[in-house]
Amino acid sequence: MNNFKVLMNGIVKENPTFVLLLGMCPTLGTTSSAINGMGMGLATMFVLICSNVVISSIKNLIPDMVRIPSFVVVIASFVTLLQMLMQAYVPALYATLGLFIPLIVVNCILLGRAEAFAAKNGPVSSFFDGLGMGLGFTMALTLLGAVRELLGTGKIFNVSVFPEDFGMLIFVLAPGAFLALGYLIAIVNRLKKA
Amino acid sequence: MKKLESSFKNMVIVLTVVTVIAGALLGYVNQVTAEPIAEANAKALSDAIAVVMPEGYDNNPAEAPDTIKLNGVSYKVYKATKGSEFIGAAVESSANGFGGSLTVLVGFDKDGNIKDYSLLSHAETPGLGSKATDWFKAGNKGNITGMNPGKGELIVSKDGGQIDAITASTITSRAFLNAVNNAYAAYAAQNGQQVDTQTGATPKVEAGTENAEEAETNVEQN
Repeated sequence: MNNFKVLMNGIVKENPTFVLLLGMCPTLGTTSSAINGMGMGLATMFVLICSNVVISSIKNLIPDMVRIPSFVVVIASFVTLLQMLMQAYVPALYATLGLFIPLIVVNCILLGRAEAFAAKNGPVSSFFDGLGMGLGFTMALTLLGAVRELLGTGKIFNVSVFPEDFGMLIFVLAPGAFLALGYLIAIVNRLKKA
Repeated sequence: MKKLESSFKNMVIVLTVVTVIAGALLGYVNQVTAEPIAEANAKALSDAIAVVMPEGYDNNPAEAPDTIKLNGVSYKVYKATKGSEFIGAAVESSANGFGGSLTVLVGFDKDGNIKDYSLLSHAETPGLGSKATDWFKAGNKGNITGMNPGKGELIVSKDGGQIDAITASTITSRAFLNAVNNAYAAYAAQNGQQVDTQTGATPKVEAGTENAEEAETNVEQN
């Protein structure tokens, strides 16, 4: 498989949110606005690329029976690094996303890609897999966040589209996340068939 | 390169090496970022103080806060002085909101009038209680600036007070005003004024509003 195919695979064919349905916890929890969804997606993408590259380069040094704990240590280290760096150099972003960063550790996309892809492929294609999956995740979260923000508050990326009084509050809250995600998955599946 | 066998020796060595490398790396980055993190936090605090404090102070209030203990709770009081004259103070105060603890920094001038406030942290419902960041500021519906909790504690209009609560978020509004009232009590205490600490609490609110609170819980969850 060439690298371009690997990249597109993560964005479209095996989109982690709409097709694989991985990482539902951050997907539902952090997408109350478009900007939050995008931030969470980008943070996850950073960790995913780093962990994919490292894991694919050390895969032969790790005995099979201890691969899962080793992968988890690698992933958790990158998440903690990201958290400290964000806190130090982009405190404004950390203020909005700080709560969600530690959640990346338990995001099954990371361990899923480590197991399904990085443990079997070289560092270069693992990099593209991480990039593709990360972009797919970011796009899905941004889209879901935008839909919820628009229906719930009448804004997109904090820009007012219609008066807030007409917003359906439920879309900002947890039940709206499930509803919006369900419809988006249905639409994506319909489009894929066509 | 051939894959390492899963022998006991290999597993122990690999896991040890992996965790030692990860630990060393994290320790190093922690050391490098410790200072910028502390700086960023200090800057966030002094920015918040600059917003809520009367203008023209020339000391650094964030440097040496007083800690005031009232009813078993400690409050941080940041004093602003001009020359050596006391011109106001910012008080950090918390209360239990709808989604957890909310912390607010309230600025008072030297007469105890509210100058401004800044919501430092909260876990209120996005789109509802989270509006507290602006709702009570000057020019908005629930404006509390210029009021003096010493002359009459701040209560939402629903409980017979004078402040408009955030739409569909009365619990958040109560908690917020509670925190402001407590902040005033701490402010007054550090100023050496006599203050009835009972007014800082909210016995009035608690009496007979429990049903209303439950009803609102349902509204907020819908």
